[in-house]
Amino acid sequence: MDLKNPVWQMGLIVLGVLVVASIVVLALRLAKPQKNFSELTARVWGWWIMVALFFGAIAVPNKIGLIFFAFLSFWALKEYVTLLKTRPADHRALVWAFLAVPLQYLWVEENWYGMFVLFIPVYMFLWLPMRLVLARETTGFVAAASQIQWGLMAFVFGLSHLAMLLIWPAIPGTAANGRTLLLFLVFVVEISDVLQYCWGKTLGRTKIIPTVSPNKTWEGFLGGIITTSLVSLSLRFLTPFAPLETIGVALLITIAGFFGGAVMSAVKRDFGVKDFGTLIPGHGGMLDRVDSLCYAAPIFFHYVRYFYS
Amino acid sequence: MTARDFAQITFFTVILRPFLALFIGLRVRGREHLPKNGPFILIANHSSHLDTVSLLSLFPPRELPKLRPVAAADYFQRNKFVSLLSRTCFNILPIARKGLTPDTNPLPLMEAALRSGQSLIIFPEGTRGTGEDIARFHSGVTHLIEKCPDVPVLPAYLVNMGRSLPKGEWIPVPFFCEVRIGQPRRFTGTRREITTALETAVRELRETNA
Repeated sequence: MDLKNPVWQMGLIVLGVLVVASIVVLALRLAKPQKNFSELTARVWGWWIMVALFFGAIAVPNKIGLIFFAFLSFWALKEYVTLLKTRPADHRALVWAFLAVPLQYLWVEENWYGMFVLFIPVYMFLWLPMRLVLARETTGFVAAASQIQWGLMAFVFGLSHLAMLLIWPAIPGTAANGRTLLLFLVFVVEISDVLQYCWGKTLGRTKIIPTVSPNKTWEGFLGGIITTSLVSLSLRFLTPFAPLETIGVALLITIAGFFGGAVMSAVKRDFGVKDFGTLIPGHGGMLDRVDSLCYAAPIFFHYVRYFYS
Repeated sequence: MTARDFAQITFFTVILRPFLALFIGLRVRGREHLPKNGPFILIANHSSHLDTVSLLSLFPPRELPKLRPVAAADYFQRNKFVSLLSRTCFNILPIARKGLTPDTNPLPLMEAALRSGQSLIIFPEGTRGTGEDIARFHSGVTHLIEKCPDVPVLPAYLVNMGRSLPKGEWIPVPFFCEVRIGQPRRFTGTRREITTALETAVRELRETNA
């Protein structure tokens, strides 16, 4: 174990937080045996699994780690597409859409940045409607082409920025590299989700978008992003940022993440479901967990790319 | 264990079960209704080749040699390759669909399989549908139930299989699929009543949406 390595330091911090959270839950269950803590227990257990998998993906060589991130995209796209009202004529186009997942991550593996940013917004965007044309069904054509492309953009293109960060080279003169920046991004997003939830539960009064997401309140949002920005200062060792800049970047990440969560809530509303799936105990489906990252990942990635390369 | 049994068990353990878990993301409801011991008759709606694969995957691999999906000989034995594949990997019980003679009557074949302790998987719609609706059940399975009234019948409803791999397509799209298993029952009554009751049992599982 190399304690000078920021990845290990972060691992120990997260391990500590999870141990404390688990002890608190255990204490709650012992103190109030009549109350039902099964959902809270499942949530904490879900965090253990996700943290273990995520650190595993960061610790192993890139080629293997990328498979983990490709799987995130694949599973998210799968959850989304299952809820779409697809037509039989969409079959082949959907096969191509899923084929785009391994290809997009192949560009990452090859470190082929140009193809990585063009492939889905340009080539898939041009090809999928053509494949739908070949199926000779015009009723519902626009809806099919738009829905499939939107899913690819959000869950394959958007999330693949996590993978591009993973392989990003070290930033000269600092201890930061792609791995540490990825840790910073993911933990800021997740801490913000948790803190927004806590602030919202305790102080939440004024709903922001009641028709989309009744649990999102101004108190929860503002309390969450402000406290997250302060907490992010303690994660500055993962980044090349100055203290004030860290707060600014954390705000950028948390606001983008909030937008991501709100957009995915609207998608769920439209589909008439509460959760996207049942993959992670206490957390719903994959999409319920990575919704904020779909927005935060590209924004954060391009900030780093613009100012630090 | 024969070489065929070994080939089938290996194929399911190494390829099909991981494929269903990681690619299709198969969900199972009512797993507790699966009988520990055969023989039984498993009936389900039919819209895809994934139907048989998914139903077979619900059982412990060592039980596979005792499970016989009843399949149309004119389709699954249309050439040597398909025939070998469907017998080796899926252990089908091939039956004739058209031009039945006393020699090709499927009823004694199915009855003999049940009496020898094997269980049958039957799709009473007789062919793959679009997956949107359930077609009228054919009465073949009812004749079998009349011959073997003590064998329990297990209804199942399969969700999204026809979206993932519809008729005429060879590459599946990984929609989440689901198997819903109902309680094993014995069906009695007139032929028409039994056929209707079987169809109702499958349709009821379709409505149990959580």
